This record gives sequence, structure tokens and C-alpha cells, in this order.
Amino acid sequence: MTQAVDAPAKSRAQISERTLRKDPWRRAPAVTATLLTIWVAYATVHVFLGRWYWVPQYHYLTPFYSPCISGSCAAGSSSLGQWFGKVPSIVPYAVVSLPFVLGFRLTCYYYRKAYYRAFWRAPAACAVREPHASYSGETRFPLIMQNLHRFFFYVVILISVLNTYDVVQAFRGPNGSFGFGLGTLIMGANVVLLWAYTASCHSCRHITGGRLKHFSKHPVRYRIWTLVSKLNAKHMQLAWTTLGTLMLTDLYILLVASGTISDLRFVN
Amino acid sequence: MTDIERLPYDVVVIGAGGSGLRAAIEAREAGLRTAVISKSLFGKAHTVMAEGGCAAAMGNANPHDNWQVHFRDTMRGGKFLNNWRMAELHAKEAPDRVWELEAWGAVFDRTPDGKISQRNFGGHEYPRLAHVGDRTGLEMIRTLQQKVVALQQEDARQHGDPEARIKVFAETTVTRLVKDGERIAGAFGYIRENGRFVLFEAPAVILATGGIGKTFAVSSNSWEYTGDGHALALLAGAKLLNMEFVQFHPTHMVWPLSVRGLLVTESVRGDGGVLRNSEGKRFMFGYVPDVFRAQYAETEEEADRWYTDPDHNRRPPELLPRDEVARSINAEVKAGRGSPRGGVFLDIASRRPAEEILRRLPSMYHQFKELADVDITKEPMEVGPAQHYVMGGVEVDPDSAASSVPGLFAAGEVSGGMHGSNRLGGNSLSDLLVFGRRAGMGAVAYLDSLDEAGGRPAATDAALAAAQAEAIAPLERAGGENPYTVHSEVQQTMSDLVGIIRRESEIKTAIAELEKLRERAVQVSAEGGAAYNPGWHLALDLRNIMLIAACVAHAALERQESRGGHTRDDFPGMSPEWRKVNLIVALDGDRVVLRRQPMKPMRGDLLALFDRGELAKYLTEEELPPAGEEKS
Amino acid sequence: MGEKVTLKIWRGDAGQGELTDYRVEVNEGEVILDVLHRLQATQAGDLAVRWNCKAGKCGSCSMEINGRPRLACMTRMSTFDPAETITLTPMRTFPVIRDLVTDVSFNYAKAREIPSFTPDPSVKLGEFRMQQIDVNRSQEFRKCIECFLCQDTCHVIRDHPENERAFAGPRFLMRIAELEMHPADTADRREIAQDDFGLGYCNITKCCTEVCPESIKITDNALIPMKERVAGRKYDPLVWLGAKIGRRPRHDTPAVPGGKKS
Repeated sequence: MTQAVDAPAKSRAQISERTLRKDPWRRAPAVTATLLTIWVAYATVHVFLGRWYWVPQYHYLTPFYSPCISGSCAAGSSSLGQWFGKVPSIVPYAVVSLPFVLGFRLTCYYYRKAYYRAFWRAPAACAVREPHASYSGETRFPLIMQNLHRFFFYVVILISVLNTYDVVQAFRGPNGSFGFGLGTLIMGANVVLLWAYTASCHSCRHITGGRLKHFSKHPVRYRIWTLVSKLNAKHMQLAWTTLGTLMLTDLYILLVASGTISDLRFVN
Repeated sequence: MTDIERLPYDVVVIGAGGSGLRAAIEAREAGLRTAVISKSLFGKAHTVMAEGGCAAAMGNANPHDNWQVHFRDTMRGGKFLNNWRMAELHAKEAPDRVWELEAWGAVFDRTPDGKISQRNFGGHEYPRLAHVGDRTGLEMIRTLQQKVVALQQEDARQHGDPEARIKVFAETTVTRLVKDGERIAGAFGYIRENGRFVLFEAPAVILATGGIGKTFAVSSNSWEYTGDGHALALLAGAKLLNMEFVQFHPTHMVWPLSVRGLLVTESVRGDGGVLRNSEGKRFMFGYVPDVFRAQYAETEEEADRWYTDPDHNRRPPELLPRDEVARSINAEVKAGRGSPRGGVFLDIASRRPAEEILRRLPSMYHQFKELADVDITKEPMEVGPAQHYVMGGVEVDPDSAASSVPGLFAAGEVSGGMHGSNRLGGNSLSDLLVFGRRAGMGAVAYLDSLDEAGGRPAATDAALAAAQAEAIAPLERAGGENPYTVHSEVQQTMSDLVGIIRRESEIKTAIAELEKLRERAVQVSAEGGAAYNPGWHLALDLRNIMLIAACVAHAALERQESRGGHTRDDFPGMSPEWRKVNLIVALDGDRVVLRRQPMKPMRGDLLALFDRGELAKYLTEEELPPAGEEKS
Repeated sequence: MGEKVTLKIWRGDAGQGELTDYRVEVNEGEVILDVLHRLQATQAGDLAVRWNCKAGKCGSCSMEINGRPRLACMTRMSTFDPAETITLTPMRTFPVIRDLVTDVSFNYAKAREIPSFTPDPSVKLGEFRMQQIDVNRSQEFRKCIECFLCQDTCHVIRDHPENERAFAGPRFLMRIAELEMHPADTADRREIAQDDFGLGYCNITKCCTEVCPESIKITDNALIPMKERVAGRKYDPLVWLGAKIGRRPRHDTPAVPGGKKS
């Protein structure tokens, strides 16, 4: 990365140490960086793999491939139809949703903190001098695009509806009648948490009520805002939990689809 | 003397707390060039430590409240020693002053119908304190600070200079007022940051320096409270009154030692907290004095009903005026029924749900949790009395806040008379606003009269040279005593011998001790240079502390009765003869001299606000209105 | 009496100085400020420390303790290992006056640039009506004691002094949020929040929230909601289009000109 800057202007106390903190401040950004890297590596591999995303007999579709709109998609996996012909898996089969899901997470106020600290080290930890010679924050392109978080939020609502539909589909057994297995439950839990993460988003908090000046004139929106605010306080936890459940859901379906394990069926 | 910077102003306000800023705003709004001098940074004044609220009879919580009731409560709280005209102005004007803050951006807690919420407090008949949780003082200082900023923005637009008509000199200390003949000509001091000397040339000076807490060892006051305004006024020839009346607020933290004296707001009791001794008994029921018997509950059941039905029940005795509660706690501890760390228990945990405590008393929760590892929603607090306020101060004209020295005004804690022998909680913040504004108006009127008379006073070179020599002395003196040592000995002497309970022999010992300490105080020296040197600052403040300690001790020795913030073991009763007397302190050379001054009889219409029976408890027979003329 | 502790204190002025070692006694229940006072009274009478209330209410004794911005009066000695050397330095973001005291005038200059509370002038004294639920948000921000620790820790100016002109810092962006959410305020500060006070510099790394001694959720409750309001005002394509066509009247309040003293 860029070289360290000199100590700040002369009139400030001249202290050459980057920080005088003695607590293990390196730990948190290191953990964050490790976990995010593992997740991104895993997701990238599977998204471009083009295999093991669909369990036809139980109608399990991994969220990484939903909606499966490519002509290469397996039969029965395309809930919204196939929008173009066969393409190699270098074009993700869910190319219509993944950019928005990714954009939503990238512009999320929590993830921004996480990756600014873990990767960009601006700052790595509080009161630790950052390694950049200059800083313009989110005032210029490309980071000014972070202001589009709200528009990703709108799209992700639709995608969450689709994920919910996928779970409903997974309540069908091999013969098409009602049935569910462990995979269904995992998908279901994942979707509930995804909804919680989406609803706890700062943009959601703004739209539902935060933008109002007088809560007293909008009692219903105030109630919703209060609820969203409570969820919002857990936004970081939900951000991590849903990364975990997304990976778990995908991995489970991958393992079942590849025949490595068989699904634990409860009904049908 | 070439190194004294001269700054010409119309009005100089010394002190940037509630009354100082309110006075400055008034002077600036009248178009005067105004300087505000603060020992601390702008917005850090001791006013931020006021927690409970600001008393004003707005009648939002109880429509029966009005200025007459507030006036009555104030006079009762002060045991009728108050300057009744000040108490009257205060009660009448407080609501407008609070509403003014609201219009300047203060965000008070609200009632369900959207008005300013008001809370119960000791000595107030109705819920009367406008508040913001338990950080009302902070809200007030911030609002006034932001109003000053708004005025500066106006000047920035009009004159291109935000400080064209009002400027705050932060971290600046005034050491002398300078005069031209009898009249005030300015204020001399130094900038703490670099030790540079400055002369504020102004015909009108408003003292708003607060109190004298640092004269005592255990005090809830901040370091700034070194009695500067009291001392500056005395040295300039003004008079102080009621200096024997020092308020010991009943509830402060007693543990850990480092926070001993940290205030525990009266709101804890206003919101349902009760005092218990080591036996678990609500002991306050045993300490209701005769004069208050009629207004306070006799059983726990009645007291507890009062919180929800104040119209048909009498108040809990925990809400007696502060002097009564402080004395009662003192007596319990002396009788061996105190808490392990030498206080008593203040219990709100068993009386209110945790959620409500957190909402209504967030600072208290925070304070105990952070500093003592005590969770006040689960366990009782240990509390005891500490010095909190001084009722005595500069004798002023009630309407204009003018002292006897032309051009010198005083408002807030540094002025005397308003609170009589004991201040009610919540009356301090309102006092700051009401009389801060009046002092500003007084200065404006004084300047008008000056301009008509032609010619402003000017400081003489000799006076300046003397002030500078005095200020620089501790830095130039080598090998003198450490100012910190002398200071802590003064504090200990005052706390031990002229504290909450006093007796003649002890006060005499204190006066002798103070005499010896004074010899030492003039010989202290400060190591280091003039730039931001706390040792030097303390050495200069010592003069004021010593002077005020002597005033308190002499006045305490003179007044041979017990009343409000002055309790004499050897004269336990309240005397109607003494009630008629104000003790006036002045300076003769460097000696403190005392004079008894008769009080002005209360105006008939104000007297008529009280029952004759109640008045008879305080006044002499000849002061009472003729029988049969009392109000129905 | 208590144990002794080793302190390393930055002493100096005009930027020049060094860490000096002291051994000072500590008693049970004490905070850093108690120990500094004992040091002044016994060994270093001229040690410059700014303090006032010693109760966590005034926000004067801000400094950096073992590299972390904190109030000296609210940092208990019991949180340190008795054998530990405690390092005390002045706030790094502000020019040092002497020892642990810094020049925080930057903050007062910023405060003067923000358009003040602007109520509807037709509301008479005593006639404001506001509901508690409408004032809760502003009240949280008004708990601020102006200790300026958030300003000190914020890397935008701490590490990049050149941003001081363009960036007001968390405390004053929160002040804007406080006014924007005040139910009786009528001004619109969204545009200037971004353009004149540098809201866009904030990359929400939450250090301000971490250091706040009043536990104000500066980032979640003030800065992010302001960013969202600005997004609605400036980055919403519909709003943008409306402004282009000239359908929506502009009613932004300008920053105060000449708020800074030249």
C-alpha cells in the first residue's frame, strides 16, 4: 500500500508512533479481513462453477443461482424463465440478481465500516494512523456511489421475495406434493434472516420513518420505525449471521446436489 | 506596563455560566459591545452540573401553580430571610425566561399535551421544574451558548466579523476590578493559555462568577468556584451579605473517596427515591420541623399516595428543603445509624421499575455505574451531605442587579439575598436567567446614564501597575510554599470547623487558623512559567479563597441562631429578632468588617399571601399584620 | 496509603516535547485525574491539565490514555494492571498549548458556521407544542458535553489536517442532525451538510461512537440518518430530475458566511 505519512502539522504534539494503543487493536480488522476473504472466495468459486446449485427432486435452489435465467440452467430451476440461450458459467446464471445483492452488501453502512477498516485501513482501528497520504472519503467517484444504497435496497426487497418463493418451492417432495427436509429448513431460516437483515438496513430505517420530522403526526410509521430501529441496532450481527447462513445454505445444497451427502427428509 | 493589552468594551461580563451568558445576551441585544470572560472553555461552566431542573410556575403539570405559590415556597425555603423583592421578581419572571430558552432551541422534556414537563422537587408545592432528564444545566448552558453563537452569526452577516459585538474570552481570569474614583473602569486579568495580561476597559462590569465551593474540602462544586466574584466585589468596595449561609446539599456520593462530594440529584427523591438508615427505616418522618408540619406527610402510606395524588395527600418528608434533609442525614450518621461508608441509603431501586429509573435518571445511573460499580436500578446508593451552594453574595439592587459600586453588577450565585438562608432546588437555574437578564438591563441603563453625563471612566496607570505586580508575584517569588498545600489546609479548616454544624469555639479556632494561613498564602510561589500554569493560577485564586473563608467564618460567628444554611450547635433555635437582620461584610484595608443591617419589611400585598399563623413562626409580633386582616 | 503507579506524560509546548516518567501514589477508587492532581500537588506544580467538573459532565479533561481518546475523570485506575505504565498524551488532532492541554478553537469556529435553530417566527413565547416522541432524537444528541473526543479520534482530520476546512467533524455533523430533527426547526441544512460541512468525508467507521463518553450513537443515529437525508435530497434520481425541470422549489439554508474569523 501507500507509504505512511509524516506526523501531522507542526503545531500538534509531535508524537512519531503510529498509535500508543496497547490493547490488541490489530485483532478485529484481521478477523474481519479473514472472514470476508474466505466468504468471497467461496462464493466466487461456486457462482462461476455452474454446477451443484439445484436439487431437482426436492426443488432446492441455492440463493446464489436465484433467479436462474440462463439457458444453461437445469430444468425446473428457472422460476422466472430462461432469458437468453446457453452461455458458459463465466456469466453467472443469476446475473440479474447478483450485482444488486452484491451492491446492497457493498454499500451497506455496516460492511462499509468493516471493509474500510479491514482492507483499506482507513483507519484500521480508532486512533491508529492510517497509511494514506490523502483522503477524500465518500465525496468523489467511485465512493460517492455509496449514496445509492437505498436503490439497491429497493431491488433487494424484490430479490428477497424471490428467495421466499424459492423456499415455498422447497416444500415439495419428489412427487410434487408437500414435503420438506433439512435443506428446506436451512433455506427457510436463511430467508427469515435475510429479511431481518434487509429490514434492519439504515435505508429502510430512513424510508419507514427516519425521514419524518414529526413522528407524532404519523403514529403507524413511528411504530414501524421503532421496530426497524430495534432491528437496526443488530444490523452488524445480522450482516454476519446472514453471510454465515447464505454460505451454509449454498454449501448444503452443493453437497446434496453433488451427491456427497443425502438430504435428511422429514416429510416426503 | 507596555505589555498589557487593552480591549475596549461597553460591558464586561465575568463568568460564562447561566447568568453570565444571559446577561451578555441582554447587553448585546441592546446593541452594546460585550465581552464575556470565562475561566474555562466556552460552554463548560459549573451550570452544566445542575441536574434537576429550572423552577418556573408555568402551571403545565398542575394548573394551580402560579407566581404567588412559587414566591411563598421560596420565602419558606429561605426561612423568610430572602430579599422579598428578588423572590417576587424571580417568581414572576421565571416562566418567560424558560420559554425564551425554548425559543432559542432548548429541548425540554414534554407533557402529553406537548408543553414543557415539570417535576417535583424539595420545597416546591407543585411539580415546577422544567427539566431534561437529569442534565438540565447542560441543556441550559448549551442553549445560551448557541444563542450567543446565533448573535455572532448575525454580526458575521452584518459586519463581516462574528465577534464585532459579542466576544467570549475563554480561559481568561480576572484578578482585579479597576476603578476611576468611585466608578468601575474595567477589569484586569490574564489569558491562561499564555499568561499575557489584559485590561478590559469598560464602564460596566457584571459579576457572574458563581460560588465559593473550593473553600471547602467536600464540595460538589468545580475548581472554578474559588469565590472570585465575591472577592473582586469586596476588593472593589462593594458589600456582601448573608455569607454565613452556605448550603450543604443532602445527597452526594460518599464512595469512592475520589468522587466524594459528587452530586446526586434531588430528582432521585422527587421521582420516588427514599432515604433509609442502616436499620432500613425511612428516618425523615422523625425530622419534620414544626414550621413545615402542616405540609408534610406523617405516614409512609400518605407519602407514597402523594406521588400520584398530590392534591389530597401531603408531601413525603424526603422532599423537605435541603437544609432540613442535610441536617437529618448528619444526625442519623452521628447516631451510628449510617451506611458503611459514612452516609445513609438512598433507595429508588425498590420503588420504581428499572426502565423508569433509566429514562428519568440516566446521568445518575451512568455516574454510579461508571464510578462506583453500583447499579442504582438494583441496589441503594450511599449518600451524604456536601457543600453545594452559597446563599450569600454581593448585595445588589433587586431590579437592576447593581451593587453599591457604580458600574458594578452581580447576578446568579455571586449575588446575595434572593435565596435567604436556604435555596430551594431548581431556584438556582431560574435565578440565573431572571437576574442575568436584569443585570444586563441594569448595565444598559447605566451606560445610557453615563453617556448622558458624558465621559467614561478610565483606569489609572498606578492601579494597573499594582494589579500587574500582584498577579506576577507568585511567579517571581522563589522558594515560597506550595499553593496546593495551603489550599488544602484552608479547605480542611473550613470543612472541619465552619461546616454543616457550627459552634462558637470552633469558629474562633477557624478564624485563628485562617489568620495563620493567610500569612502563608501571601508567601506561596509557583514553579514554571506563565503559560498555562495551574500552580500559578491556584496561587492567584488563593487570595480570593482566603478572603471568602474569612467572610464566612466571621459572619457565622456573629449570627447567634440556626436558620437554613447556618446551624449553630450552641444556638439551635430560629430567632425572629435575628430574622430582621442581614449581616453585611465589607473590607476595611485588608480586614473583614461586619455590620448588622435591618431588613426592609415585606410589602403588604406579599405579606398577605401567607397565613398569619405561618408568619408568626418566623416574624416578631410587631412585624405581623394585625389579626383579622389575613387572607381568607 | 496506596500503591505507586508509573505514568509517562507528554510534556512540552508548541509541538515540541517528550514523554516524561513519574511515579505517583494511587488510592482505591481513584481516576486518572485524581492521580494527575496528586502529581501537580507533590511533584509537578506546573503540569498543565484542563479540567473542570471532575464528574463527566463538562467535557474538559479530554486526553489520550494509552493512545485512546478518553476523559481523565471517567477513567478509573482499577481498569489498569497495577504494574502497567500508563501513557498520557494530549489529543493529537488539536494543536498543543502545553503538556496535556490542546487548543480546541477549531471546534468553536465550526460551530459558528452552522445555521442556528430557526423556529417559525410566528410562534409566541410559551406556545411551542412538541411531543416527547418528536424531541427524543434531538435530546439524545443534546447530551453531548463537547469533550471533542469524537473530533479527536476521527481519522478524517486526525490523519489529514488538510481536511479541516472541508470537514466539520462528528460533533458538528451531529449538531446539524439535531437541528434537522428538531420538531420546531424550519431550516433545511441537508445540502450544506454535504457541501459545506463534509458529511461525505465520513466513512462511518464509527470511531466517534466508540469514544463518546455519553454513549451517544453518533454514527447510527445522527451521521447515517443525515447521509440518508442527503441521499434523498441530492442523490435521489427523482429529486434530481425534479430540480432539473425546476418543478421543486429549492429551500436550502446557506451556511453562515464569515462564520470564521479571518
